[in-house]
Amino acid sequence: MAKTRYFVSDDKKAKEETTKKVKNKIHNTKKKERVYNVKVKPNVWGRKREDSKIKKVKQISNPNPKYPGKAPVPKELLEKYSRGDGINKSGIKTGIYKKKLEHKERNIEFTTEQAARVEILLTEDTGYLEAEDGETTTQFTQKQIADSVDIAAASKSFDLKLMDFGPYCAKYTRNGRHLLLGGKKGHVAAFDWFTKKLYCELNVMESVHDVCWLHIETMFAIAQKEWVYIYDNQGIELHCLKRLNRVTKMEFLPYHFLLATASDQGYLSWLDISIGEIVTQYNTKLGRLTMLTQNPYNAVLCLGHAKGVVSMWSPNTRDPLAKILCHKSTMTALHVDPKGLYMATAATDRSLKIWDVRKLSGPLQSYNLRSAPTHVALSQKSLLALGMGNVVEIYRDSCTTPTRTPYLRHRFNIPINSFNFCPYEDVLGVGTEWGFTSLLVPGAGEPNFDALEANPYQTKSQRQESEVKSLLEKIQPDLITLDPTSIAEIDIPTLKDKVEAKRKLLFVKPPKINYEPRRKGKGKGGSAKIFKNKKIVQELAKKEFVKDVKVVTTEMRSKKVAKNKKPKNVLDRFLPKK
Amino acid sequence: MKVKVISRNPDEYLRDTKKDLYKVPRNFDPDLHPFEAAREYVRALNAVKLERVFAKPFVTSLDGHRDAVSCIAKNPTELSVLVSASYDGEVRVWDLAQRKCLRDFLAHEGVIRGVTYIPDGNQFITLADDKTIKTWKTQMPQFGEDEEPVNTILSKTVIGGISHCVRGTKFATCGEVCQLWEQTRNEPIRTYQWGVDSLHDVRFNPVECNILAACASDRSIILYDTRDSGPIRKVVMKMRTNRLSWNPMEAFVFTSANEDYNLYTFDTRHLKHPTNVHMDHVSAVTDVDYSPTGKEFVSGSYDRTIRIFECDKGHSRDVYHTKRMQRLTSVKWTLDNKYILSGSDEMNIRVWKARASEKLGPLKPRERLALNYSEALKEKYAHHPQID
Repeated sequence: MAKTRYFVSDDKKAKEETTKKVKNKIHNTKKKERVYNVKVKPNVWGRKREDSKIKKVKQISNPNPKYPGKAPVPKELLEKYSRGDGINKSGIKTGIYKKKLEHKERNIEFTTEQAARVEILLTEDTGYLEAEDGETTTQFTQKQIADSVDIAAASKSFDLKLMDFGPYCAKYTRNGRHLLLGGKKGHVAAFDWFTKKLYCELNVMESVHDVCWLHIETMFAIAQKEWVYIYDNQGIELHCLKRLNRVTKMEFLPYHFLLATASDQGYLSWLDISIGEIVTQYNTKLGRLTMLTQNPYNAVLCLGHAKGVVSMWSPNTRDPLAKILCHKSTMTALHVDPKGLYMATAATDRSLKIWDVRKLSGPLQSYNLRSAPTHVALSQKSLLALGMGNVVEIYRDSCTTPTRTPYLRHRFNIPINSFNFCPYEDVLGVGTEWGFTSLLVPGAGEPNFDALEANPYQTKSQRQESEVKSLLEKIQPDLITLDPTSIAEIDIPTLKDKVEAKRKLLFVKPPKINYEPRRKGKGKGGSAKIFKNKKIVQELAKKEFVKDVKVVTTEMRSKKVAKNKKPKNVLDRFLPKK
Repeated sequence: MKVKVISRNPDEYLRDTKKDLYKVPRNFDPDLHPFEAAREYVRALNAVKLERVFAKPFVTSLDGHRDAVSCIAKNPTELSVLVSASYDGEVRVWDLAQRKCLRDFLAHEGVIRGVTYIPDGNQFITLADDKTIKTWKTQMPQFGEDEEPVNTILSKTVIGGISHCVRGTKFATCGEVCQLWEQTRNEPIRTYQWGVDSLHDVRFNPVECNILAACASDRSIILYDTRDSGPIRKVVMKMRTNRLSWNPMEAFVFTSANEDYNLYTFDTRHLKHPTNVHMDHVSAVTDVDYSPTGKEFVSGSYDRTIRIFECDKGHSRDVYHTKRMQRLTSVKWTLDNKYILSGSDEMNIRVWKARASEKLGPLKPRERLALNYSEALKEKYAHHPQID
């Protein structure tokens, strides 16, 4: 009745009409005063039907077709920035949620498009090396490459001769600015390799097995003969972690602040460096662990074993999350690429396989090489480096397409000990028997960094701020799973889980209640009364629990009984009620 | 041979002088931002924790009344002014910004049942059990002048509630009957009656000024149209409705505070069922008031708590309570959508923040951005047990 009054239009005719209607209604109302007796039980009635009657505004078409609007974004670019397909809306029953989700989807699409559009603002381009007719890229030596690039880039190719304490292992920081060298015979050096400024150099007077930067460049960990030590960038020993015993390999998980170590006796441990406590430590029961790498996509640790098996570990379960038989002979090396897409494994039978880490059903590529690779590494742009004795070979596109010829090759006079690609740079840092060599590999690194994620040109205050921020955003170790996006998905207990939970109730002991009565003021109940109260509360809780269990058991029993129920008799109604 | 190696000019990445802002090149490639979901979750969790830390809703208490506060009225033109009336017939005018009582005078002999400002804010009307309706100036009397009403109307019947139309000069009172008054006249211009039961609250619709809603003691809510000669609708509940409030944004919706501990939201277009039932109070709900945005409302109850509900939710978002606060008699949501005012039995008027952890005062743009971001995150991860 009152509805028309809400939407009175300004037209004279309409006004007259409405006034007429109102007059009519005044006459009618006297007869039709309505009374609604409301049921207090909420039978909630949506406003959908009434709202749907309101007319929708028509969309105006573009008045000036000369200017059709923004340029379309190429599909591949949108795909790069998209977080997957939207949800299937067909299953949503209520209109309001359908609309809400549609709105959300539109927002997500908009953000993807914006992110894709912003790409033209990126300033740097990827490096490349192209051969002319009659040449191959393999034939170019480091000297030739260094000579033909600009001076600043050429200074990134250098050689450190450290004959006395080798062989060396080397690690870059997450932003690629700082380098940590560890010689087997105890020599440790940390420096800014852009400016070649040395932070510290020390001899730990013990054997060094592995080195590892922590979350910032002022701290690093060294796996020494017995224990793991933490030093600051002046070379001062900060901690000696005796619980990490005889460690062979270390990895740092930057978003979780975990230092993961693999030991000689087969122990895996995760140490939370922000609070200095070991999160978990257990024996893998797989013997000596020599190959350890992390999957940067989901922070799962990958171990390579002598049986040709790769196992994946998280601190939450004592069993491996996955175990893959990769090779038929002893494995020599494995590495997961920084995007967490590909895993490269190598074995003594001269085979090299590339796997899709998310699928693991079969290798993407399988290669047979001339000699067995002892080291592998994948770069940010998925270049593959292989170390075979004293030769480093770098392959391009080897993950997606089978490749035969190497992209680059470098031969040393001495055997290689380890190598790593430098993030955000076209550089491969190789630790050898006699020192460290930095090789130029055009096209290896991501040219555009994100300053809020990893910034090579970070100042001290920026570093301090980002340290605080990242500590606040520390991800709990419980969230380390194979699929890191699972936290954003819906968790629906299956029927099996529900039944299982109910059944479990039968065998659970009543919970112990540690109830501490509040101390009221003086003279309000002595210790005897408090004790009494305590007893009462505990008894009550126990009774309630027993009641719950009873309900469940009777429910379960009644289901069984219901099956062998006799057919109903007419005279049953006179039986006493149960 | 064509070769190019990444070579960055440091000048492009470092600031020129110490007073410059740092350069922050961004790259939104999802591969460079791992653990997106987990980090967002942690941020949401931190935001929730901070919200709990900063949740200090109580702002101040205005004391001065010598008897329980019976009703409060907001000034429609000034945010900082508030008028309150008590059971002993005293009226007080408060300055909220200074937390001071500006004026106090004995207005009536007997319990003041209702107080309301007229829309231009120059005058306010009080009515009491002594059957008088008095109009007062908002302006303070000059030095030496006495507090005297501008106008006094003697009603023939007992009156229990008042509501002024948002536009125009009409106001309505309720009691034995519902009466419609004009400011300039001393006789009601219209009288409505439905049955014999008395009414204890009346509210004008804030948008459609001809619609009135009143709560009757026969457990019903009655809708009147002032253009009609009689009432038009009646909703009979299981128990008595104490107060009601119209949604200022969707003025066809009103919420009633019921004796049965619940609040009921009705759509006037469909009165057969309430569109929503808001539960959580553990005693009779005595007052309800909508926020000016129309998205939330506040309710006060005999259980000595104030609860804030979102319009479309069945349970309350927040509950406010202090040790010394007794039964609530009236609650109001201020017109700047920031504060809640509550008058209670123990003579105090309390000022609360509408959002418990909100920062008072102006926000810097970055601050606002961060707050908006964490708000969005909280909504995204609302279904996680730790965040909700």
